[in-house]
Amino acid sequence: MFRKLDQDTGSSLTVHVDGHPVLAIAGESVAAVLLRQAPFWARTTPVSGARRAPYCMMGVCFDCLAVVDGVSSVQTCLAPVREGMRIERQQGRPDVTS
Amino acid sequence: MSRRVDLLIVGAGPAGMSAAVVAKRHGLDVLVVDEQPSPGGQIWRNIETVAATARADLLGKAYAEGAAVVRQFRASGVDYEPGTQVWYVEAGARAFLRRGGSASSVAADRVLLATGAQERPVPFPGWTLPGVMTVGAAQIVLKSSGQVPDKPVWIAGSGPLPLLYAVQLLQAGGQIAGFLDTTPPGRAVAAMVALPAALFGAPGDLLKGLGWIIRLRRQVPCVRHVAEIEAIGEHGLESIRYVTTDGRAATVPADLLLVHEGLVPTIHPTLALGCRHVWNSEQDSFAPELDGWGETSERHVFVAGDGAGIGGARAACLRGELAALRITASTGRLSEVAAEAFAKPIRSRLADALSPRAFLDRYYRPRPAVFVPPDHTIACRCEEVRVATIREQVSASRPGPNQVKAFTRAGMGPCQGRQCGYTVAHVLAAAEGRAVPDLGLYRVRPPLKPVTLGELAALDMMDSVP
Ligand code: FES
Repeated sequence: MFRKLDQDTGSSLTVHVDGHPVLAIAGESVAAVLLRQAPFWARTTPVSGARRAPYCMMGVCFDCLAVVDGVSSVQTCLAPVREGMRIERQQGRPDVTS
Repeated sequence: MSRRVDLLIVGAGPAGMSAAVVAKRHGLDVLVVDEQPSPGGQIWRNIETVAATARADLLGKAYAEGAAVVRQFRASGVDYEPGTQVWYVEAGARAFLRRGGSASSVAADRVLLATGAQERPVPFPGWTLPGVMTVGAAQIVLKSSGQVPDKPVWIAGSGPLPLLYAVQLLQAGGQIAGFLDTTPPGRAVAAMVALPAALFGAPGDLLKGLGWIIRLRRQVPCVRHVAEIEAIGEHGLESIRYVTTDGRAATVPADLLLVHEGLVPTIHPTLALGCRHVWNSEQDSFAPELDGWGETSERHVFVAGDGAGIGGARAACLRGELAALRITASTGRLSEVAAEAFAKPIRSRLADALSPRAFLDRYYRPRPAVFVPPDHTIACRCEEVRVATIREQVSASRPGPNQVKAFTRAGMGPCQGRQCGYTVAHVLAAAEGRAVPDLGLYRVRPPLKPVTLGELAALDMMDSVP
């Protein structure tokens, strides 16, 4: 859905999205990575199971929730990427205790 | 660990940073917390990294101006904690924070909420589909991640931001499939009375905007007076249908649609604190009731920046400085007379910075469907409650937003009504023949952001240690 501008440089690192290694740039958010990594959605809703993708990118809508390093319902637009991070698209209702 | 500071500032955007610099200069012990990983707020997001790159040129001068403010903020020596969410502020005042999965609390004699604005929710059928985002979101991705839509994108909306983003996108080599201008006909006439003040106070801003419009009309297919939009697709956006005020309709294939209908102040923190709010009819939104310094109806709780009413970055910095002066004076570290003397030139610059506002607010006032969308539109994104369901609640008892929330679950999801609060109020108001300000908004209860049981438990243990 999105692509990196060619001019963009920065120290690159690797994260894993649903098990696939993906290059990311230090300082960007997990949601930004999800926007250039098909399929373009972050979670399904607990109510109808509909897919949702990052919508506001500033912490307001909660549609960017995903499982990050085993923690569910992380607002990925507020979470900076880290080397080796494991990101999984989130299905349905999250686990409130994690 | 529990700490104490003279002043807690929530938000490291233009207002928060400017206030911090002034308060620190007068000797206050200041802590600034912010959700983002680096200072600048949404307007100057990621400026420290971007300033030295080619991306700064395409983002423009107003963005580059942030670099100096951020430098000053960094040099001031205030305590600054990025990546920190405030999930509760209690009058008195203690704030509960969470950073990197651990909770803490801080006691502060005074609190300045510089939490800015959010984009006004733009509900229309299909707005929850992947492939529909806000213009602000796309601009954040450009600033913080250096990325642009990989296919020609549709932009639909009204206001300075879609114009600015469209120009930045073209500059970056991106492609625009079409620009659906949702500004209703007749707005130029409505705004005309406010034009002289805008031209006199900030002629540069208007000229800049005019330049964007001319460039877009030359380079991009533009459809004016779009009144209705629908996003269509199964698991993601496939096409857009739009209708203009004079009845022209079209359905076009689409991969990505960006929408924007202006900004509204972030009021969750002040609602939770029980501050009085007032309806701003020029901006169709609520804002906390403030005195000339930014103090709310709750003693020692201040608001500065777009959270006080949409005014832009320059005004936000000045409002931040004013609040900091008053806060400093209230601690006795500055006399009232001195604070007033410092404030005088700031107030006159603030008046200039706000001078284009009335014109912009009238010109870009959202079309009616933004407030009361068609029945099958999802109003509450979190709980997937439709406009029709909200309307069905209307009965002889004339329910307000809080009753509707209890009956339908609208506003109960993780965003806590940040996306549906205004829609519910407008739908009810229209159906009951009442005014939105009389209906009010959802009551806001802590936590302001979801916290896990584990984090709460950890906090409880910490606080039992004196
Ligand atoms: S994209 Fe809206 S909260 Fe993350």
